Amino acid sequence: MSSLWPELERLLGEVQKPARYIGCEDGMILPAHHPDKAAWLLIYPDTYEVGLPNQGLQILYEILNERPDAVAERSYAPWTDLAAALRREGLPLFSLDTHRAAGDFDLLAFNLSAELVYTNLLECLDLAGVPIRTADRGPEHPLVLVGGHCSYNPEPLADFIDAAVLGDGEEVVSEISEVVAAWKAQGRTSREDVLLALAGVTGVYVPSLYTVGFRDDGILDVVRPLHPAVPELVEKRTVADLADWPYPKNQLVSLTEVVHDRLNVEVFRGCTRGCRFCQAGMITRPVRERPAEQVRTMVAEGLRRTGYDEVALTSLSTADFSGITEVVADTVSDDACGQVSVSLPSLRVDAFTVGIAAQIQRARRTGLTFAPEAGTWRMRQVINKLIREEDLYGAVESAFSQGWRRVKLYFLTGLPTETDEDTLGIIGMAEKCVEIGRRHQKGASVTISVGAFVPKPFTPFQWFGQNTEQELNRKVGLLRDAARKAKGVQLKWHDTRASVVEGLLSRGDRRMGAVIEDVWRNGGVFQEWGEHFALSLWTDAMDRHGVSFEEHVYRHRHEDEALPWDHLCAGLHKDFLWQDWRDALDEVGLEDCRWTPCYDCGACTGYGIEHVVASATPPAGGSQGTGQELGPDRVGAVPVGLSQRRPPIVEPNLLPAGAER
Amino acid sequence: MSVVANPRIRIRFSKQGKVRFTSHRDVARIWERALRRVALPVAYSEGFSPRPKISYGLALPTGYASEAEYLDVELDREQAEALGLVSQGIPENPQDGLIGRLNQVLPVGIRVQAIAPVQPGSSSLQQAVVACTWEFEVDAAGFDEVEAWVSRVLDADEIIVERERKGKQVTDDVRPLVEALEVGRGRCGTGGETVRVTAVLGTQPRALRPVELLEAMLVDPAAGPHPPLSARTVCRMQQWMLRESQESQESQESQESQESQESQQSQEDIKITQGDARVEPLSVDAGPAALVETRV
Repeated sequence: MSSLWPELERLLGEVQKPARYIGCEDGMILPAHHPDKAAWLLIYPDTYEVGLPNQGLQILYEILNERPDAVAERSYAPWTDLAAALRREGLPLFSLDTHRAAGDFDLLAFNLSAELVYTNLLECLDLAGVPIRTADRGPEHPLVLVGGHCSYNPEPLADFIDAAVLGDGEEVVSEISEVVAAWKAQGRTSREDVLLALAGVTGVYVPSLYTVGFRDDGILDVVRPLHPAVPELVEKRTVADLADWPYPKNQLVSLTEVVHDRLNVEVFRGCTRGCRFCQAGMITRPVRERPAEQVRTMVAEGLRRTGYDEVALTSLSTADFSGITEVVADTVSDDACGQVSVSLPSLRVDAFTVGIAAQIQRARRTGLTFAPEAGTWRMRQVINKLIREEDLYGAVESAFSQGWRRVKLYFLTGLPTETDEDTLGIIGMAEKCVEIGRRHQKGASVTISVGAFVPKPFTPFQWFGQNTEQELNRKVGLLRDAARKAKGVQLKWHDTRASVVEGLLSRGDRRMGAVIEDVWRNGGVFQEWGEHFALSLWTDAMDRHGVSFEEHVYRHRHEDEALPWDHLCAGLHKDFLWQDWRDALDEVGLEDCRWTPCYDCGACTGYGIEHVVASATPPAGGSQGTGQELGPDRVGAVPVGLSQRRPPIVEPNLLPAGAER
Repeated sequence: MSVVANPRIRIRFSKQGKVRFTSHRDVARIWERALRRVALPVAYSEGFSPRPKISYGLALPTGYASEAEYLDVELDREQAEALGLVSQGIPENPQDGLIGRLNQVLPVGIRVQAIAPVQPGSSSLQQAVVACTWEFEVDAAGFDEVEAWVSRVLDADEIIVERERKGKQVTDDVRPLVEALEVGRGRCGTGGETVRVTAVLGTQPRALRPVELLEAMLVDPAAGPHPPLSARTVCRMQQWMLRESQESQESQESQESQESQESQQSQEDIKITQGDARVEPLSVDAGPAALVETRV
């Protein structure tokens, strides 16, 4: 294994943004390769600027390099100009750390955060010189793994990947390293040997060891193991306590500008607000908070080490972190940190949150972003995003009165049961926000950003037939007409064509593999980039392979129908999800289970762990996530497990209406 | 704004190896982080988005190496005085310890060579620099071929290039910017012989880059067959500024600019410009040998 740098160096003069390919970040590790070690190449199949900040990849990079039996390097999808130059010169995909050929690694592990990057996975494999189809690979080729949120339905990629890893990676990567190191020690015998061994690791799914059956009407019937030793149900991995995993310890600081270019400290994992459209909130349960003291240390040390002047406290809903007030106060008052700004990437919609924001954004009060997600209370009950209008207006009032000049609101359209009244409610809310803003500032403006809803696996909406492209376009049209008449309201919307392709891949089965390969063979890479996305590539490929939006995207699934991911487990009971789907259709909201009794979704009980929170009381301020006031008699009276070992206490008299079944 | 100007320091650094593929803007951000990490009391701008007051010299094209990059850093006067870094408005011994601390936090390939105080009232880096010395290898060409190209450049009355400026196509005669051009032999990493060119190219009113000069000659229809020249491993070796005297700066400068035109006219027929009294290496005045290179 030797460095390709001298050859690559000559190409970098001719490509855009060559700093993407040099590595050299602060925090980079130069691993000591050894024939006995499992050599991982961690690949983010999108551009360097998008992939570098990925925390999951950075965490595994450090953990693997700390192990005596493994090494890890990184790679990102080369932009089309470099990909063409590599092919022209006969050079392979390479690692950034030591510029080694990707084919020299034992494992190519892809982080999949979004479905539209699937064709980039094939592009990376092909550039690496690895056969794109699993069936064509031999013992001399690297093993191809995927992880990340998309791995909860890896079926569309079943033809191309050797294994998918479900859930938190911190522990399972070590077990995989042991299996691969042992396989190398035995002289890399047959590929089946190592795949069978990998399938024995909890959390690892090997698609080639399962068979798929279809009914006569073309609907998926069952996915069944082909070998007695592989599990019928593959469980996800969950780390019990984030305090044991203070990673990344040395966050990579890129030499060139990347997205989220700041120190990022994860304050908790998981979310129990139960927003029914949100896959991340469902599959990462239960809530595991990092101790506030550890957060403070990671922030202070991280700022000193990196020289960043901004830190983001990351999670799915950071204002819910029980130590938020203290951590923020400590950070902004720490002189050693200099002029630091703190950002909370996911703001809760209430005045309390704006108060925190005021504390941390003393200078740059340009814009604040909230996500009410839907325009009417009825619609928000359906999706279980239980923000009352007064919560939003309170937040907006608070923002404009404290000097913010712009408010941005995120919404979804194409939600289950959505009527035109619900859709147009979005504009109504935005107008009211402008009106509130203009009481404080003449030029107050509100930007609304509307995305098309795409149903995802392991959510209560996994049975929902996605709105057609035409229907989504009609709704966007309604919004555009209404926004034109609304003063001070600016509307932005996402490409509805990309949304239906995302829908195809998110809930697709193995028949999508041929479509993905076809699109890639016809040059469809970087499909998540507007300038490269082409719907016709997809529709042409679908026609050739007998796949239709009608069957795979727009069709409502039946209760008794097998779903392509039924043999995988995200911790959630399918009957819990079905009941939650019925509740959604009945417009029944469900309170946040951190401060209410357990609904038995399966995420805690199935793993013998529970929510780890530092406080037994819900955060002060807002009622979002509860749907009703948490009166004094209820606050604090709600049993909450403070450690992972204490069994949950359920007091039936406190069950909210929505939980009685 | 304080009435008394903040003290300034000038830092000279090199940029070599992989890191040379970072852009001018990337380097600026690298410096902001490095200065925060060594806790230097940098002055910040006022207003909604305070920015550190750092000014960078002439942008180095992405991919080029350099032995002579500069930046000026404005220090917060009060903090710097409190820390004993400044006396009478002038930073005292700014090199002490700081070079080592910066080199510990800068990426591999960026190395501080010297730091010196900037005299109050000195002109900015962008204004001060009048020329740069460049070295580069010429790809796929023999010594004789390159030598012929050098003669052609020096013999030319004018060299017209088309460039884009603020979105408009403009034509410039860049011949006056070619102050010196020399060809020599070098050794490449594998031991083979390479042809190296050393060029001193002017920067005012607009800098001429080595690649622009090579390309200009290739498209000149009067020049006959064009040698397929392309530069690689381009390195900025030195930046030059006008020597500032005790006398009135203005008159001195205008006088010198006239002289410079004259001297250029008379030097056109020789390949190597002799050491020119009117310019000096962009000094950081601290006097270490590493900083001052005399031109032959």
